[in-house]
Amino acid sequence: MTPSDNFDDLRDLYQEVILDHGRRPRHAERLTEFDATAKGDNPMCGDRVQVWVKFGSGTVSRVGFEARGCAISVASADLMAETVQHRTKADTRALFESFREMARTGICPACDARLDEAIERLKPLAGVHEYPSRVKCATLPWHALIAALDGAKEASSE
Amino acid sequence: MTKPATFDVERIRQDFPILTQKIRGKDLVFLDSAASAQKPRVVIDAMVRAMETQYANIHRGLHWMSERTTEAYEEARDAAAALMNASGRSEIVFTHNSTEAINLMAHSYGRGVMKRGQAVVISGMEHHSNIVPWQLLRDSHGIELRVAPVTDAGELDMEAYEALFADGKVGLVAITHMSNVLGSVVPAERVVKIAHANGAKVMFDGSQAIVHRKVDVRALDCDFYAWTGHKLYGPTGIGVLWGRRELLERMPPFMGGGDMISSVTYEQSTWATVPHKFEAGTPAILEGIGLKAAIDYVQAIGFDAMAAHEAALTEHALARLGQIDGVHIVGRAQDRGGVISFTLDKAHSHDVATLLDRQGIAVRAGHHCAEPLMRRFNLDSTARASFGIYTTHAEIDALADGLIRVREFFT
Ligand SMILES: Cc1ncc(COP(=O)(O)O)c(C=O)c1O
Repeated sequence: MTPSDNFDDLRDLYQEVILDHGRRPRHAERLTEFDATAKGDNPMCGDRVQVWVKFGSGTVSRVGFEARGCAISVASADLMAETVQHRTKADTRALFESFREMARTGICPACDARLDEAIERLKPLAGVHEYPSRVKCATLPWHALIAALDGAKEASSE
Repeated sequence: MTKPATFDVERIRQDFPILTQKIRGKDLVFLDSAASAQKPRVVIDAMVRAMETQYANIHRGLHWMSERTTEAYEEARDAAAALMNASGRSEIVFTHNSTEAINLMAHSYGRGVMKRGQAVVISGMEHHSNIVPWQLLRDSHGIELRVAPVTDAGELDMEAYEALFADGKVGLVAITHMSNVLGSVVPAERVVKIAHANGAKVMFDGSQAIVHRKVDVRALDCDFYAWTGHKLYGPTGIGVLWGRRELLERMPPFMGGGDMISSVTYEQSTWATVPHKFEAGTPAILEGIGLKAAIDYVQAIGFDAMAAHEAALTEHALARLGQIDGVHIVGRAQDRGGVISFTLDKAHSHDVATLLDRQGIAVRAGHHCAEPLMRRFNLDSTARASFGIYTTHAEIDALADGLIRVREFFT
């Protein structure tokens, strides 16, 4: 194999955005000031994530996380933290539902049009639907975030 | 190592219909045989032929179909006995897999023969199926569970193993013959000698070893040996527990039901003789017939030839993978079979497996049902390539080239 090798066959799931956020996550930090935190655990593959959330008035003002796992789960956690920032809790929950649908099926017909721009940002992860064993990697950080919103310590697995 | 002239991998590949399948337009490179092996045509045909021409429930009909089917099923026992050099069919208990065989041991030998306060020794490189049944026994029956550690090279620490017997409490050693993660083969004869010198019996989990070498239970001098048919090119749903007859006779039944009794009244039932005492209900009849075909198939090829082929593949794979920057092979046992676990810097093993899969290469990634062993090596997971009789040198080259691409993709 030469360095000029083209990686087209590897890119459908691992798009540049995912590789980039997987390699250099922007929000991978334990917040020193936070209002809620929860963990997510995927015992099947050993992925583990913890999220810390700071609330504003009715909003998620900031999310930080620590993830131990594959590029998909780290990138998903990072894109999630970026996307939900400054959104209302209700919109955050709606985004979770949309994202979960997208990760499972690749599409999201019932998605809220108001959230189009946010969903667009999460779309690179939709390719995971072709890999049933990897869907959980992408949704795990979201489960932890929703657990934190619910005041739970631990995400219940699907 | 050179291959014996009789072993022709290209001819063997023609025996496995599935190997002609394409994955996303690419040739299937199947390097996950340690999880479950592919099936040769003779196994598929034997099961289909039984269903089409000669099938009925066994041990209970007085008609021709039942008698013929019973005979075929019992011949599978003979084949399993011959495979392991056991003394005969009465020592071969059919189970559904290794897991059930080990649970049978924990139940019937652990609860039925062992005494409260005795200890069971396992090793630090067991599959969960040879850990959890003993934990259940520990918690329900007051049996202590001891773990013989593994060295950094991934070998059984024999000094530490021997030290576990010092207080004379060990009644049973239940230990893997070959690790499904590291490929390490334990020095089985020494394991047995030390255990016997201290009055303990030995059960091997031979799920992996049975595939890779000639297992001779009399030469090993062990007391029990468990394995599973689907890894030996046979069907799923059938496994074997071999035990010394006098020990099997002392053990109470595992499950109750039809086939395992001699007579039943409401006051009391009496048990069938071994091995039937341990086989309640209609067994995996077709799977037994398929297993016999698989055993006949590997016996015809010969374990010496298969082992030589695998040793050459393993040597080639260790050399190729060892040359790739950023690849770390986990476990460096001297005596090993065709299973190699590795990690890649900068890429998680799940990403490695998915990106290899994109190239048509099937490997396994995760903790391989051996979480305590992963922890021992400070790992969450590894990728694992494992070989079968149909694996070729070219497939190993494909794995190495594929890994180089994955590494470049991630940097
Ligand atoms: C060493 C070892 N023990 C036990 C098992 C369990 O085998 P089965 O799932 O067929 O019961 C396996 C296979 O997964 C194995 O590799």
